[in-house]
Amino acid sequence: MTTTRALGSTTGVEITFILIGLLTFGAAVLTVTVRNLVHAALWLVVALGGLAGCYLLLAAEFVAWVQVLIYVGAVAVLLLFGLMLTRAPIGRTTELDSGNRWAAAVVGLATAGVLVSVIGDAVRTTWFDPRQAVVNGTAKAVGTSLFRYWVLPFELLSVLLLAALVGAIVLSRRDVSDDVDAAEGTPRAQATEAEA
Amino acid sequence: MNSYAPILVLGGLAAGFAIFSVVSGMLTGPKRYNRAKLEAYECGIEPTPQPVGGGRFPVKYYLTAMLFIIFDIEIVFLYPWAVRFDSLGWFGLVEMVFFILTVFVAYGYVWRRGGLEWD
Amino acid sequence: MSALALIGPLTADATTPTNYENLSFFGRDPWWLILIKVVAVFAFLVVTVLMAILFERKIVGYMQQRIGPNRTGPWGLLQSLADGVKLMLKEDIIPTAADKLVFIIAPLIATIPAFLAIAVVPFGPANNQVSIFHHRTPLQLTDLPVAILYVLAATSIGIYGIVLAGWASGSTYPLLGALRSTAQMISYEIAMSLSFVAVFIYAGTMSTSGIVNSQHSWWNCLPLLPSFLIYVVSMVGETNRAPFDLPEAEGELVGGFHTEYSSIKFALFFLAEYINMVTVSSLAVLMFLGGWHAPFGLVSVWHGANSGWWPVLWYVIKLVLFMLFFFWLRATLPRLRYDQFMKLGWKVLIPASLVWLLAVAVVRTLKNEGDLNRSHLIYILGPVVAVLVVLWIVSELRYRQTSAVEKAEEAATAAKPFDPMDGGFPVPPLPGQTLPAFTPRRPRAALVGALVESAEASELEAGDPDV
Repeated sequence: MTTTRALGSTTGVEITFILIGLLTFGAAVLTVTVRNLVHAALWLVVALGGLAGCYLLLAAEFVAWVQVLIYVGAVAVLLLFGLMLTRAPIGRTTELDSGNRWAAAVVGLATAGVLVSVIGDAVRTTWFDPRQAVVNGTAKAVGTSLFRYWVLPFELLSVLLLAALVGAIVLSRRDVSDDVDAAEGTPRAQATEAEA
Repeated sequence: MNSYAPILVLGGLAAGFAIFSVVSGMLTGPKRYNRAKLEAYECGIEPTPQPVGGGRFPVKYYLTAMLFIIFDIEIVFLYPWAVRFDSLGWFGLVEMVFFILTVFVAYGYVWRRGGLEWD
Repeated sequence: MSALALIGPLTADATTPTNYENLSFFGRDPWWLILIKVVAVFAFLVVTVLMAILFERKIVGYMQQRIGPNRTGPWGLLQSLADGVKLMLKEDIIPTAADKLVFIIAPLIATIPAFLAIAVVPFGPANNQVSIFHHRTPLQLTDLPVAILYVLAATSIGIYGIVLAGWASGSTYPLLGALRSTAQMISYEIAMSLSFVAVFIYAGTMSTSGIVNSQHSWWNCLPLLPSFLIYVVSMVGETNRAPFDLPEAEGELVGGFHTEYSSIKFALFFLAEYINMVTVSSLAVLMFLGGWHAPFGLVSVWHGANSGWWPVLWYVIKLVLFMLFFFWLRATLPRLRYDQFMKLGWKVLIPASLVWLLAVAVVRTLKNEGDLNRSHLIYILGPVVAVLVVLWIVSELRYRQTSAVEKAEEAATAAKPFDPMDGGFPVPPLPGQTLPAFTPRRPRAALVGALVESAEASELEAGDPDV
């Protein structure tokens, strides 16, 4: 979406890129506006897949398929699991709008602005010809730069994963009492009964 | 990008086949309304109310998905490492051993906390 | 870490591996040839699935002293086709409680990605091409530098078909089945993906044609036997096939995620399952069994075995053997329990494949860096092993402590003696209760002691010869 201003001569790749960008944008907007929780999650999947398409057109082959594998195949599945563990009714949910949606919109736009300006500034002078041979996007190139020059971030990442997993365990641990699940579920069940 | 043309064509053919099947299946089959037939199947008894809205599933599933993400990310790093393995030498081996060990600590923690028990 | 980072680059450029990856043969076909090849692999998949369903029923039938379908066409050959037509003519039921759009889309999401994986499967060598209408082309639709990642990504999209089908049905059993199925597939996908890493280390590439090329002298299943075994187990789990077909455990979940599906939408799920079987079998063949390479020794007798159209034959033979293996498993093994299944995946396959991977990596590095003294290995691996051992001992001690406490609690709760014929019916022991004389793990001496102690127990054992 940000590179549309780099539009010099429109080629097929550029047109496709814009189309996929628009698709991603539309799916992202639908994610936050649709009134059904699971449908929102599905639009999020479409948006993540659209990003993968963008990476692919930018010749970042490895990153594109990693995007599909991790975000579409794992993170969104986690999201769906989370929805189904709590509640994912078929049909519309009325209380999806929260009171601070304007604050959320401001935060979202500000984040987008920061990202666009930073990334745009970083790659403004870099030119990329999609017709040239794909060299920098392959797994080999990624492996070389990752394991030769970016070692410390890579090792730190393992600590991040460790922290994430410990967090998940703490959230879902069972050794506090035998019926933690039931205790957690009860207020929700009561709330749903009250609605119905 | 030329390598992706056959994949697109194959995907198009598969999509065409699947959509054609579903649409023609809707047209060719009979349609006889029957209230009981359209209810959720529960071996002939009256369907119990949906567990979906407020239904309680074991939180284990969530933990499994979380573990899956962690290991999936590890695998995603293992793949480029494996492809470049021969040119990374001892250095590559050692850094990956550290990475795997850190993830293994997390794994061992989950194991000891009973996160891998299904009963 | 920083000290290592300093010495790292000095030892990094030691060897240049043989390069098996050569993708210059791909992406050159004219559009009509692409079309022909796409239709060909599509037809190959569909025909393989139709034949697989029939042969599965036939073979399982013979294994159970039955004949199997034999009425439709000669030897029942048209049975699957007839089933498909019949399903097409059945009523397309959409339950009232269903989310209609997602209910219709779910089988499409399950089917379409299933077809995609075959695009990178090599049916023949890339550099020894065949001629189709005077146009030389490799016997492979296309290849990517990240082909295996692409296959895994396509598989992970297919999971959505299942989870959405279960959710959109608006019914209890499909939802339970979908959750189970998804948890199962993601658990075994990890073991499956981990078993590939050793192959990538050997081949130095993720492109399918490169991986097959790298096996010209040795098939990977021999040097990487543990990886192969882990893959074979996890591929059965990944495709939800017997003995891991828990998502459709009839006694518990009716039909699993597709309980509410009927007509052609049900057939599409069926199709997707069998295509996934072909996909994982193809992966097994190309990663571990040499892909299109002729069987061992054949090339030394007959030099043309790996040229022309012959590689297709070798590939199809290996594929068919794997499919037969699936049917054999189904006819032989009973279904696992869910906790056993998850235990196998998470506590056996994943640690085993990680440890094996490290072993492969260490041996390979030793081989590559021949100039390095082997005593370096002791300096590097010694502390690692020491840390692991200490961790293991500590955790084992803590585990014993906690389990001792638990045992004391259990003993307290199980103060009431267990009556195996409570109320006149045979009942299993409840949690906390134990079956004293019949625990199989109990050592013989203790059993004898128990017999002497408890006349009641000895009476029971004498009365029940089955135990």
